[in-house]
Amino acid sequence: MTPFIVGVSLILLLGAFICLYRVLFGRNLFERIIAVNLMGTNILVVLILMTYYFKQIFYLDVAFAYALLNFVAIIAVTRCAETRSRAND
Amino acid sequence: MIEIFTNSMAVLFLSVGAFFLSLGVIGIIRLPDIFSQLHASTKCDILGAGLCLIGLIFYEGVSFNALKMIAITFLMVASGLVIGHAVARSARRAGVIPWQIDREEIIRLEKEKLLEEFIKEK
Repeated sequence: MTPFIVGVSLILLLGAFICLYRVLFGRNLFERIIAVNLMGTNILVVLILMTYYFKQIFYLDVAFAYALLNFVAIIAVTRCAETRSRAND
Repeated sequence: MIEIFTNSMAVLFLSVGAFFLSLGVIGIIRLPDIFSQLHASTKCDILGAGLCLIGLIFYEGVSFNALKMIAITFLMVASGLVIGHAVARSARRAGVIPWQIDREEIIRLEKEKLLEEFIKEK
């Protein structure tokens, strides 16, 4: 089971790095927001897999806090970006 | 015996979840527009993370940690729905223009193709 967990984690980390490319070279603000959200999801699943690789159960609480933080951050940024006029640049 | 069953279920669900997460990443990179990218990314949030967490619940068994992971699953599903709606609405209100296929271009290409077939038949 442990090599499988390591393989899945490596695949998801690769996906997170590809999302980082979209964050850096996005076409507008909202594409960057979506890429940050997807990167957060990938990192969350990697974090929960690391709970079983390192056998540290408190990583689950970290994952819960990370999911909540991701949600609140995305909602706040979209609320701010709604009134911004530089959407299509 | 029961351990073999739970491990195989965990491997199955984790594989499908990782597949959906990779699909979301490919959609983020390849699709041309904010709204179509949102279409890929919401599936990735709900199906990918949800199935990965269900697989790890099978691996964990009945305990308090499994309850925590069920809570994270519900949180991910609810937040994925809300984030999809909020991002699409704010993008629409900020004036992002949806991507459209250039119809004139497509009609011209179709005409050229028909013309080539016509010439071949002659």
